[in-house]
Amino acid sequence: MTDQVLPQVTDLPSTIAALKERFPNAVKDDTRSGYEGVIVDTACLQEFARVIRDEYGFNYLSSLTAVDYLGHGDHLEVVYHAFRVPSGGKPLVFKAQTDRQDAVIPSLVSIYPGADFQEREAYDLYGIHFTGHPNLKRILLWEGFEGHPMRKDYREAYYEQETKPFDSRWPGGHVFRGEEYNPFGHNVRYPAGFTLDDYKPVTEAEFQQGMALGVDIMGDPAFRTDRLLVNLGPHHPSTHGVFRMMVALTGETVESLEPVMGYLHRNHEKIGERNTWYGNMPFTDRLDYICSMCNNLAYAITVEQMMGGQVSVPYRAEVIRVLMAELTRITNHLWSIGFLLNDLGAFFTPALYAIQTREYILDFFEATAGARMMCNYMRIGGVYKDLTARIRSEAALINDRVRDMDTMEYLDKLINDRLPRSIDELDELLSESEIIKSRCIGVGLLPAEMAIAYSASGPLLRGSGVPYDIRRANPYSIYPELEFDVCTRPNGDIYDRYCVRLDEMRQSVRILKQILPRLKDTQGQPIFGGKTSYSIKVPAGEAYGFAENPKGELGFYLVSTGGGNPWRYHVRAPSFINLTPLGEMCKGQKVADVVAILGSIDIVLGETDR
Amino acid sequence: MSNGEINLRDLQHPDIPVPEEMQSNIAVTSLSSLYNWARSRSIWPLLFGLACCAIEMIATAASRFDLARFGMEVMRASPRQADLMIVSGTVTKKMVVPIVRLYNQMPEPKYVLAMGACASGGGPFKEGYNVVSGIDKYIPVDVYVPGCPPTPQALLYGLIALQKKIEKQSLGVGASVPWYGSGPSEEVPVPILGPDIIDPRHAEVLRKEAKKNRPTPTVAEALAELTKAESA
Repeated sequence: MTDQVLPQVTDLPSTIAALKERFPNAVKDDTRSGYEGVIVDTACLQEFARVIRDEYGFNYLSSLTAVDYLGHGDHLEVVYHAFRVPSGGKPLVFKAQTDRQDAVIPSLVSIYPGADFQEREAYDLYGIHFTGHPNLKRILLWEGFEGHPMRKDYREAYYEQETKPFDSRWPGGHVFRGEEYNPFGHNVRYPAGFTLDDYKPVTEAEFQQGMALGVDIMGDPAFRTDRLLVNLGPHHPSTHGVFRMMVALTGETVESLEPVMGYLHRNHEKIGERNTWYGNMPFTDRLDYICSMCNNLAYAITVEQMMGGQVSVPYRAEVIRVLMAELTRITNHLWSIGFLLNDLGAFFTPALYAIQTREYILDFFEATAGARMMCNYMRIGGVYKDLTARIRSEAALINDRVRDMDTMEYLDKLINDRLPRSIDELDELLSESEIIKSRCIGVGLLPAEMAIAYSASGPLLRGSGVPYDIRRANPYSIYPELEFDVCTRPNGDIYDRYCVRLDEMRQSVRILKQILPRLKDTQGQPIFGGKTSYSIKVPAGEAYGFAENPKGELGFYLVSTGGGNPWRYHVRAPSFINLTPLGEMCKGQKVADVVAILGSIDIVLGETDR
Repeated sequence: MSNGEINLRDLQHPDIPVPEEMQSNIAVTSLSSLYNWARSRSIWPLLFGLACCAIEMIATAASRFDLARFGMEVMRASPRQADLMIVSGTVTKKMVVPIVRLYNQMPEPKYVLAMGACASGGGPFKEGYNVVSGIDKYIPVDVYVPGCPPTPQALLYGLIALQKKIEKQSLGVGASVPWYGSGPSEEVPVPILGPDIIDPRHAEVLRKEAKKNRPTPTVAEALAELTKAESA
């Protein structure tokens, strides 16, 4: 961490006042009802960012996204959320506005390298040109795609109506399939007059030539054979889904690496803006599909924040939420450690140990929420259902007998015995292993300053020695009353990230042990304090809600115009942003280590590509 | 097939009688049934995950549900060594190109199992601009497993259904499956990433549509046109 002297003013209002004084005409309050922060003139956006980073300590640009205000001022707006790390506290929100036709905004990559992928995403989906961006290309879609799909006037092939519920389907209940009304019978839409006859798609060679890898693969006749461009993925056993990396190698050493993503870009945000507020809850399950409960929680607290005093979450609901979130954290870290070992070459055996323990937790989720993975359990104002008295399941028989167990006894045994035992077991089997140590220590280094600059979060950030955990830095739910430590390790290599995950599982067990008596004490109390209606209206305004997910900071930036659907539904995905430093971390490493470094970041493609 | 032992009675041809006392030692059977019996019990799936369903696929392969009981635990990362492609998750337009290429690279006989709602028909993400409405728009699918995601039990059920399907396929020339005919079967044309995903098989429709000189209508536009035509 830098030992800079920060100004005396540290609270947000006086910081904003000081900034307005510093930039008299360029920084204005955002006076729209329900909005916060300041609007910065694009001419001095870079200067403003430099000042808040260097003089006011907002060293961490967490989220950057765009909003299309078509019909509400007809401009595009880029919204930034900057935090102080590791001290925490509320974010400084600043915005820059630009014209819809000729959208240009200065890039902040030179000040916050963590803006890199996020600006590319805004360029891809909104068509905003970030001047000064080193590598402004499409990131989720492909070069040659027609249009910028997140703009409000973009119509997809199966477009029916702006927002759900669609008139054609409700209340009449008519069902039809989109294919039936498309001339091709597919989910496709081509521009006027388009045929294949004289069309030339971007070739693979052209695609690779356009990458910032420094290898001229087409024009260089002296291209020596020991200098190679290697493609890893999207079909590759180690890429944790459909992730692709282009690696420039000298012999076996990585010269440069560029991630290529979007192979699982399933238009979460566009669908989310058509959905009702409630309708988005099951979609959040499918973001980071290993941690559905945590995703639910982050979305619920964001909407609750927007609803203000209209909903209050009962205490028992908070207890259950934390119970679910911490169990999810354990399943995620188990999975992540198991598959890190896969990437190191210990194929499937360590993963089998991890998955076995995970199944116990999934059984509990299935009994409570009705699904193993896609729980859709949290509600705006509470949770869907109280814990069942008994865990009964005919689908999973034990020696041909229907399972029937007391839920509290099951949880008691799980938290006090099974989980700690299997965490110790993993620790015992893996932590001191000669092979793991020699493959992991000193590999994939990410120093603390770099981790902050690249907006890394979660175990990746804490593995670099930065004690920043949102559960402490910006507490939500009942975390303030629970005892746990923020786990850090100093070195920022693969081994330290592995250790942070192991430590965090132990801390989660510690939290769960405090949750158990609270569960018993609150037995029978209400679990839902929201509105019991099919649909809700959220007051106009914006909100950025965020939570410490197992993979890092999961944030939702929501904008409401007062209707039954979000105007903007943005997901600040930790898996996506944590990939920004991947290229830097892999430089100078061996190609076999790239796979392990990726494994240590722990990404899930559902969240990376959304 | 219980206890991992070979039960010759499973193979026994129903029309050719073998004395009861010899049935545990001798079976008269057809080449097709013997071949299919062996094949259906050693399906090697492609180690290939797309999205959420892949997690349940891994859980199915793990110790609790144990895919190895059906001879399927040998997951191969190379399509050249795989018999079965489990399309486990949402197929996006960007990803369908490599999927079709992988399918073409698999040696015959080859099978496709569409796991979950997305692979079967687009699922919850169907309306998205980058989502394919089911993998069967591009490659032939043998078994569909519903669910979002299907539980490991459901996937196992689908795999057993595939085994039953394989057992019914005949080696005879001119049989229902392309690979037992004469000559190599045709490759699936690889889609092209243009302004939108392009199936090369649609070249003719594209030419016809291009003459109308307007962007492809959305569902809303098509519906509006239809109601206009109906009222006229």
